[in-house]
Parts: sequence; C-alpha cells; structure tokens
Amino acid sequence: MKKETRQRPSNGAQASLKNDDIGEEKRLEMFRNQIVIRYGEQRAYDLFLQNLVKGTSHLSLGQEAIAAGFAGAMKPKDLSFCTYRGHAHTLARGVPYEKVLGELMQRDNGLMRGKGGSMHLTSVEHGVMGSYAIIGAHLPIACGAAWRAQYKGDDDVSVCFFGDGTTNIGAFHEALNFAVIWKLPVIFVCENNLYMEYTPIADVTAVPHPAADRASAYGLERILIDGDDDDEVYRTAQKAFARARAGDGPSLIECLTYRHSGHSRADPAKYRPPGELEAWMKKDPVPMYRNRLLQFGVSEETIGGIEASVKKMIDDATEVCKASPMPSAEIITTDVYADGGWAWRN
Amino acid sequence: MAELTYRDAVARGIAQEMERDPDVVFLGEDVAKAGGVFKTTVGLYERFGPLRVRDTPISEQAILGAAMGAAMTGLKPIAEIMFSDFFAVCFDFIANEFPKSRYMTNGQVKVPLVVRTGNGAGSRFGAQHSQSVENWCMMIPGLKVVAPSSPVDVVGLLAASIRDPDPVIFLEHKSLYGTKGEVPDGEILDILGTAKILRPGKDATIVALAMMVPRALAAAERLQAEAGIDCEVIDVRSLVPLDTQTILGSVVKTGRLFTVEENPRLCGWGAEIVSIVADEVFYDLDGPPIRITTPHIPLPAADILEDLVLPNADRIFERVKQSLQG
Repeated sequence: MKKETRQRPSNGAQASLKNDDIGEEKRLEMFRNQIVIRYGEQRAYDLFLQNLVKGTSHLSLGQEAIAAGFAGAMKPKDLSFCTYRGHAHTLARGVPYEKVLGELMQRDNGLMRGKGGSMHLTSVEHGVMGSYAIIGAHLPIACGAAWRAQYKGDDDVSVCFFGDGTTNIGAFHEALNFAVIWKLPVIFVCENNLYMEYTPIADVTAVPHPAADRASAYGLERILIDGDDDDEVYRTAQKAFARARAGDGPSLIECLTYRHSGHSRADPAKYRPPGELEAWMKKDPVPMYRNRLLQFGVSEETIGGIEASVKKMIDDATEVCKASPMPSAEIITTDVYADGGWAWRN
Repeated sequence: MAELTYRDAVARGIAQEMERDPDVVFLGEDVAKAGGVFKTTVGLYERFGPLRVRDTPISEQAILGAAMGAAMTGLKPIAEIMFSDFFAVCFDFIANEFPKSRYMTNGQVKVPLVVRTGNGAGSRFGAQHSQSVENWCMMIPGLKVVAPSSPVDVVGLLAASIRDPDPVIFLEHKSLYGTKGEVPDGEILDILGTAKILRPGKDATIVALAMMVPRALAAAERLQAEAGIDCEVIDVRSLVPLDTQTILGSVVKTGRLFTVEENPRLCGWGAEIVSIVADEVFYDLDGPPIRITTPHIPLPAADILEDLVLPNADRIFERVKQSLQG
C-alpha cells in the first residue's frame, strides 16, 4: 500500500482551486461521479439482499476514483472497455443509473433489457463499448477499436480497464505487444485491488506490481499511481490521452486501490488479514475527495447538495426499476443475427 | 472467364472487396509482405498498402480481438488464422465474443468480420495442423460458417462473407488450394446459405462439403458407370445458414441420404443434417441415412495412414453401392 504523502493545501487554496490544471468544475463533476458510483453500488448491494438484484454482481466500492478520474479526462467520443466489474465505468460515462440498475435487476428497462446482465453492461451511445466477462478478452478488442481510429484518422482513444488478475493471462501480453508495435491510441488501466478473486495477486505473480513491473517488457514507461486519489488519476489519464492523441502510442497505468467488498455477490472476503480493510478504509477515496473539496473551499452546502441530489436520483431510479416489468419472452430470439432474428436455416 | 486456382481465388476475392470498400482491412501472420504461408494473399500488400494489409505477431488472440474491436467501431476486417487448428488458442473470441456480443447488448454491438483459415487434411501435417473444425464453429449460435469447394465459390462466398453484417468463419481447404476452375471476369457475389446441386440424380443424395465435394462427385461418376446408381451430389457450401430446403427436396426425390464429412464422427455436421431429414421427411426415406466420416480419432501424419482414415471416392462408392444394392 502506497503511503499517503500528498500535501494538503492550506491557506489560499480556494483561489488555486479554480485556476489549477483541474479546476473546481471538473472536480465537482468527478466528485459527483464518485458519489453516483458509491451510492449506486451500495444500493445494488442492498437490493441483492432483498433478492431484487439477481445473478452475480461485482461491485466497485472503494475503486470509484479510478472510474471518475478517467471519465473526467475523456472526451465524449472516447471509448471505454470494461470488465465484469464495470458498473462504475459505465456510470462514469453518464449512462443513467436507472438503466444500469434495471439491468442488474434483470428488468425490461435495463440497458440490454436483461439479455446481458450485470457483467456485460454496454451503452454504445455513451462510448461504453462493453463489459467483458472473460478475463483479458477486451484488451485485444480495445486494440482493434484503436486500430480503427488510427486507420480512419479519428482522434478518439480507447481505454481498457481491467483488474490485477488480468495481468497473468496471455491476452494481456499479446495486446500490449500488439498495441506497442502498431503504436495504437489505447490506454490500459490496471485496477490493482490486491486480490485477483480470492487469492492475493502477490501470491501468484512474479513481480510486486503486476502491471507496472511488466511495462518495461513492452518498452513502456512504468506508471504506478494512487488509484484512490481522483486528482492523481485524472492527471495521469490526461497525460496518457495526450500521448495517445499525439500518435505516440499506448500507455499502461497501474492504479493501486482496494475493493471494499468481496469479489462478487457470493464472496464475504474472509481471506483478508485482520485490519487490512480497516487500514484501507482510512483512505477511502470518496470521503478523501470530499475533504479535499472542503479544504479547497467548496462549501458544505454545495457538496451536500450533490450528495442529496444523487441520493434522490438513486431512490427514484430504484422505484422506476421496481415498477418496471420483467423482459418479455419475445426478446429471447432477437438479435442473434444482424437480421434481428435467430434463423440458422431455411 | 479465366482459369484460376482456389489459392489465387482467395486473393481475387479479397482484392475485389478491398477495391470496393475502403473499410475492408486485412490482418494476420505472414499475410502481407510474405503473401501468406499458403501464398493465398500474394500481391495484396503491394496493391493496398501497409495500412490495410498488416502483418501481425504470432498472437492469435490479438489478431481476433483486434479484428473484433475494429469491426465493432466501423471497419470490415478480414483476419487470417493460419491453420484452423489454432482456433483452439483463440477460441474465446470465436465462441464467446464475436457471436454473443450482439445478443448480450440487445443489438447495440455489431461484429461484421470474417475469419479466414486453412482447414482440413491431406497435407500430411499430423493431428494439430490438419483438422476439419467446421463442427467446432457450427455449434455456436451467432456465427456463420462457410466452406467453399471451388475457386468460383471462393470468390463469391468470400465477397458475400465480407459484406455480411455478422461474424463469418470462412474455412478454406488446404488441399484444394492447388485445384483449378473457371472463374468469370468482373465482380462475383454469391449468397450465403445456399447449397448447390452439382450433379443431379434420382437414386441417392450425397451431401458433401469442401474437399469431400470432389470426392463425392468422383464416386457418383463411378456409381453411375459401374453400378448404374444415379446420385445427386449437393455441395452444402454454408453450414450456417444451412440450406435445408435443397437437401430435403433432394432426399424427397431420391429417398436416400449419404453425408460425406471430413470432421471426426462425433457431432459432425452430417449428424445435424441426418437429424433434420429424420424429423421432417422420414417417410420419404427408402433406407437409413448414412454418414461417411473420418473415424473418431486424431489424424495420423503418415500419408499412407491419413489416406486410410479420410473419406475418399472409393469408400463413398463402396458405402453407397453396398447400401443400395447389398
């Protein structure tokens, strides 16, 4: 765990907030995104317990700053490729919570009308090109989207988020080599939350930092950051986007963070050593960022207003989803093929 | 009209589509500067340039993943997997990613791409470079699966596959690359999901695919000449979509069905056709449907052994004759 060494701004911080490289407006946007994810994931968890969220679900509680920081640095046309732990990244791109929760609740109002489920959240209109549940698959896929941008002269960047466990699968290494040799505008973001599923990543990896320590093998800069610090994430993302848009190729960024909950719905996370969660909770990204905003001079009223409006939005969305019908059987056979149907024979 | 090899027909089909549509791009191992290990893509790099025809590392997952990402965002990629046996190292994309993305996203994500691959035996390459994997692909909802047997079909079906909005697995038979056939000048565009009756007949229907097609035709000629049995030979051409109407119509006419499959026996494509025929035209059958397949074994490398296990014209002749005349 990286030590907290950040300098706290003191007097005069309020003036610098508006004028620094991030600025108040961007910080409030990122804070709001963190709150949407935090409250949204907590609501999803509560709804599991009521058996209203079905199937499996992988929460990003504790990892909000990565999603908020990267989304804050993205342009609307940039593309996100997520894993099954993708609620946060989907929400951070502006996908309505109601559509995400609807999918988690497997209702007709869900993003994919219940055909994909929690692990496959996708909203192409928001640049969320999919959540991939087979570890590693979306790294090469993000390369392909970046290849299209390079070939067509589009200036969008593909961002691929994945966990620490992904760094030990072949597709990770194939994709990194491929992205470098083709100099593709793609950013690989490893969210190192210390556990692959139940096993500590350090127990099964040859190097201490599963992504950053592999960067040199592909001629890339070693980038290891505090993934719980939204500003640090945002600034790192900005640099990677600038590099990608300049045609200088991919970046690999390892963000240190911690998963507050278990791997999935079924996991009580009993494998954690005593005291570990408590230690990480002290650097919980959401209150940390809230405090920073206060120190920067943002009023409690402004912050409280954001929190209250998000809470209301989540409450309203929950009611909409509860009232939404289940998907109808007629969609079972739609969209297997491009003609809209499923016919494999005449 | 010109005589073209099956091998040259591949480059002709790709070139026709790349000429027509700038969104068509092509990637694979040794496909660009070297023109492909089977020399199927000679000249494309020189003609269309390094941005559209690209050599890749030996990274089958990266090849198929990149093709998918490009397809999802507006290109029409063609990816080559050198040997179809290598599908096993990138099967996630074939089984999980290409075919399910449209469905899982409720139609948001589209994956219009073609995976070309060298399929089938006859080159004495042994059990990991000779397999016929069409049945691996046919069983996956969301894929289309095409396997031409002649140069003209290579051009027309490849063009149709590239223009198709769904992911298509295009299986080229390695042992057919050197075969020749007449190919008309100008644009050729065929239709997926259409079988072809290559030889009309009244006594028995023989359904074949890829390299089994010329062998079935040769057997049919011998059956006519030596046993007086008049066989109708159908080239399936496309397993998905499957032209069942042509097959069912033929079986209704002849009363007998034989499938000739190169894939190992269990779950071969012929089993599905036999099942459809049994379900739908059972009472038109005059005898049991019969599958002629490679036995359920890994393929041996030695020529003398490989020749013994693959269905050939003699085996087809014997099986049909014995079945119809005892």
